[in-house]
Formats: sequence, C-alpha cells, structure tokens
Amino acid sequence: MQTKVENNKAWFLVLPVFIIVAFSAIIPLMTVVNYSVQDIFDQNTSYFVGAEWFKQVMLDSRLHDALIRQFLFSFTILLIEIPLGIGVALMMPTKGKSASLCLILVAIPLLIPWNVVGTIWQIFGREDIGLFGAFMGAIGVDYNYASDPVDAWSTVVLMDVWHWTPLVALLCYSGLRAIPEVYYQAARIDQASRWAVFRYIQLPKLTNVLIIGVLLRFMDSFMIYTEPFVLTGGGPGSSTTFLSQALVQQAIGQFDLGPAAAFSLVYFLIILLVCWVFYTTIMNMQKDK
Amino acid sequence: MAEITLNALAHSYSENPSKAEDYAIREMSHVWEQGGAFALLGPSGCGKSTLLNIISGLLEPSDGEVLFDGKRVNELKPEERNIAQVFQFPVVYDTMTVFDNLAFPLRNIGVPAHKVTSKVHEVAEILELSDQLKRKAKGLSADQKQKVSMGRGLVRDDVSAILFDEPLTVIDPQLKWKLRRKLKQIHEQFNITMVYVTHDQLEASTFADKIAVMYNGQIVQFGTPRELFENPAHTFVGYFIGSPGMNFFDAELQTDHQGHTRVMFGEHEIAIRSDVLTTLKNMAATKLRLGIRPEFVHVWDGKNDDAYQVEVDYVEDLGTYKILSFLFNGQMMKARLSEDQKVPSGQIFVSFPEQWTKVYVNEYLVEASTPMATSATQEVEDAN
Repeated sequence: MQTKVENNKAWFLVLPVFIIVAFSAIIPLMTVVNYSVQDIFDQNTSYFVGAEWFKQVMLDSRLHDALIRQFLFSFTILLIEIPLGIGVALMMPTKGKSASLCLILVAIPLLIPWNVVGTIWQIFGREDIGLFGAFMGAIGVDYNYASDPVDAWSTVVLMDVWHWTPLVALLCYSGLRAIPEVYYQAARIDQASRWAVFRYIQLPKLTNVLIIGVLLRFMDSFMIYTEPFVLTGGGPGSSTTFLSQALVQQAIGQFDLGPAAAFSLVYFLIILLVCWVFYTTIMNMQKDK
Repeated sequence: MAEITLNALAHSYSENPSKAEDYAIREMSHVWEQGGAFALLGPSGCGKSTLLNIISGLLEPSDGEVLFDGKRVNELKPEERNIAQVFQFPVVYDTMTVFDNLAFPLRNIGVPAHKVTSKVHEVAEILELSDQLKRKAKGLSADQKQKVSMGRGLVRDDVSAILFDEPLTVIDPQLKWKLRRKLKQIHEQFNITMVYVTHDQLEASTFADKIAVMYNGQIVQFGTPRELFENPAHTFVGYFIGSPGMNFFDAELQTDHQGHTRVMFGEHEIAIRSDVLTTLKNMAATKLRLGIRPEFVHVWDGKNDDAYQVEVDYVEDLGTYKILSFLFNGQMMKARLSEDQKVPSGQIFVSFPEQWTKVYVNEYLVEASTPMATSATQEVEDAN
C-alpha cells in the first residue's frame, strides 16, 4: 500500500488571506471582546468583570423589545420584498430599449445613499409639504408618522420596500434571464398553464438567487440604522428603535462601552445563527430524497 | 395522429427579407404522411430546427401554411396543436418526481387521476423508468432525463405527431443505439407520425423509413435511404450521404458536325445513358456536373479499352474496406475497394458504369423518363 506523504507547506499560501482577514475582522472583533469582559475607565484602569455585561444585556428589557421589533421588521419586509421583487422581475420587459430603460428605472433607488433615502421619506411623508402625507390627508386618512407608532412603522416599512425591492427584482431578473428558452417551449408543448410555468420552471430556477436575496435582505434589514434614524429618530417613543439604534444609544449616548460591546457580540451571533439556520434549511429542502 | 402538410412555406428571421439569403426556410411544400417515421437530415444551420418549430407552432412562418389533416393550424398555438416535441437538451421539471414529470402533460389537460396513473406506468414501462418513478428528476443522469422528456411526449395518446430535435446529442454512444431502437419500437407500437431531426446520416437511416434531406432552407430530396444513396436528386445529397460522399466533376456537353452529342471531361468522353443525353439535348444546357459514388467506380486489374488511365494518389485502409484516392485529369476522386481486392499503385484503369454516372445541371439531377426527372427539369428551367 502506498503511504500518504504529509505536507503542510500549502498553508503558507493561505497566509496572506489570513493576515488580511485578521486585520479587517478578527483584530477589531477582539477589541470588542476585550471591552465586553472588562470594565475600562481609562488606559491604565480596567477590571475584569467576566460575564457580567452579558448578563446585564440579556436581562435588559429595552433590548428585548428592540430585538422583537427587529425580528418583526425584518420578517415583514422580507414577506413584502421577496414576492414583490419576483413579481416586478416577471413583469419587466426582456428585450429591446424598454428592457434597458426599465432596468435603469428599477435600479435608481439602490443608488441613493441611506441618509438621503431617510430625508426623502421624511419630507415625502409630511402633511404640510410632502406629497405622500398630503395625499393621505386628502383621502381622509389621519396620518402622522411623527406621532403615531403605527404610521411610523408603516412608513419605515414602506421606505425599506421602496429602497430595497429593486435589489430583489434585479436578482430575480438575472435569474429569469438565465433560464433557457427551451424550458418555456417544452412547457408550451406540455400545455402548462402560466401558473404551472411559474411554479415548476421559474421558481425552481430562481431558488439560488432567492437564497442570496433573502440572506442579503435579512442581514441588511437586521442591521438597519440610518434610514429610521433620519426619518423617525427611533420614535415616537421607542416604537421604531431597532437593534442598531439601541446599540448606538448605549455606546455613544450613554457611553456604556462594556454592555455595548457584549451587546454587539450577541447581535453578531444572532445574525450568524439565523443565516445558518436559513441556509441549512433551504439546502436540505433542495436535496434529492 | 395526423398528416402534416407544409404548403408554400417560407420563413425568415429578419423583418424585411429581400434576398434569398434572408430566408431560413425558402419556399417549400412537403407532406409528412400519417403514421410514418421520418428523418429530417441536414448540416447545422440548414433550417431543420426552424422547420420543426414551425410544425409545432413555436414559430410562426413568415409565409405559407401548415396543415394538420388538411386543416390550417397557422393560428393555433403549440398548446392547441396537441403535438409533442423532444428537444436537443433534456428538459425536465427539476422539483418534480419522475412520475409527476410524466403525468404533467396529462394533468394539464385534466385527465382523471386513475387514467394518469395507468398511462404513466405504461410509458415508464416502455422507457424502462419504472423503478425511477419516485425519484426527483433533478438527480437523474442525462440519458434518463432525456427518456423522461420523451416520455412526456408519449403519455398523451392522441398527439398529432412527435417531433424530435436531435434528441440523442447528449447521450453516450452505446445508449444512443439503445434509445434509437426504443424509439423505433414505440413507433411500431403506437403508429404515431414521428419526425426526427438529425445531422447524422446513420441516425437518420436507422430510425426513419423515409429521409428528407435539407440544404439551404429547402428539402432537396425526400426518399428512402436507398434512394438517397443510389439516386441523389441534388449534388448536396450526393455529397452529404455516404462515406465518403459522391465524386463530382465538371463536364461539358459537346455537339460535333454530324450532330452527335457527347459529354466530355477534358479529353475524355464519359458514357452517359442515352435517354439522359436526350433530355440534356432538349434542355440545351452545356455546363454539367457529373457524379459517381466511390462504391460504383470500377477499378480494373489490368489495362482495359473502356477504362480511363488514372494515377493512384494514396490508399486508406478503414478495416473492412479501403478508400482509393486517384487523380483523373487533374481531379481528385475516390473509389471504394473491398478488403480482398488487390491494392493498386501507379497508373491504373478505372471506369464509370453508365447507370451510376449521374448528371446534374444547376445542382439538380437530370434523368429521363421518370416523374422525378420532370420536376427536376422543371426547376432547372425555372432557375434559368
């Protein structure tokens, strides 16, 4: 029998990547870990507190509320953006000048900076000078995102849908374009209905882009900060205060760096966990029985 | 089940076709009789797939009409024509099981569940897919996927015709042979009109009773494999069918002072059947192309008065037979030698039997006193 030669020299080839990742992610993350287990007053005065900050964060009811709000928000926008994105992609023209024009129009919201999006909607939703607010007033809806939590919530959701549905639509559009024409031809020969074509050809072929779309949209929406900050400032009350904003309030507003660091790590782990669960579930669903 | 008629059909992919080259299908008429197994044979880009898609309705022809059993179907969508088509690359519905894939066309037209089950099992049995029925189609190998594609064409028992668009391209050679036999069996069993597109002459002749050879957007000949071999109606058929293809050389029709007409290839007179010669005289065509199959070139062992002296260039041994290449009046030609024939070298003598020496004018065969010749002549006159 042949003996296998052990040779670990190949690890040197991984070294540059390792160094880059260390500087870009691991070392900064270690700083956070450092803060999360110590009470630091200044450069020379610090006390090791163990899991104290973590306990505090876990028991903080303000953060619990923010977490629940955050999940609610992420799932709401996913439920709207994914079907809507698929729908938009299905309706977009496939060739000619109208296709390019449509692509540009759809992509425009993606090119606008976060804080500008917040400002746009802040003005857009105002009753006195905003088109949307004035329109709602005109049709007799008592709408005020600054004082009513429900209005504030729906405006934040609407804003996110406006800003990010194009991403899902563009992903789906590229996925749809990659389906060979022959599948549609075969479906016509098999006398498949429009719904059957969607259910058995388009949707299965879109699975991969949809996984990317859902993961991206989940992570991004779970970390949302700028837009609601500019639009509602987290209010009224704390009705639109999501996790990032709660974290910023704690770290910069109150300068509680220890609990904020512990909170950051928990936050990070939640995102990782949800993505992992989601990805594994989808991959298992796709497997051949 | 239906007889498919193509009437003055033409198709162009450009919007304003002006010249003949703009057409993928040049005006043609053709009839595929009910219950036949046909092959549509031609090189890549000759319009085979276009023609098939026009029959199935995936493409609407620019001109002319498609008739199923005498009824015009131009305006009918493929889903209304009740036709089955198998494509070059297997199309399966990934997320469905093999059973659901086969049941799909039936469920789409609302066939009751118990009938679906029995029909799917019947077709799965024929295609040897019975033990795969519960598997997801995604995990199947290429040939199994293609069998599923074919199966979807076979489950509906009232289809007008089944069209195959080079269905065995992605299949391994050993399986190709098996699947082709399977198709033939299915044809015998169900008696459905089948049209099989291919660029492989062997595939065409093993599957089909009659082959339509397509060239430059037109069907140049429709006949049995034997007819295509022995009597190519167009120089392209001679060149494309057979391995190697027909020998062609340019000759001239000359009339001397006594009114004798002869066909001359340079210094050499080539013997032509007298009835063909009569037709040629009437046509007054002088530029001719002569064609003879390598199989019919007679290679003599010694000097012979009827034979031409030619120079051997080289001999290829292909195992069961040899191909002799020789120069005749500066023109390269080939002859097929049987394995036991002695290998000639240097200057040798060959002759072209009169009945196998075909004459072409403007690429079409000239032949006297058969119905085919009249039509060929007609076309030649049109072309002039």
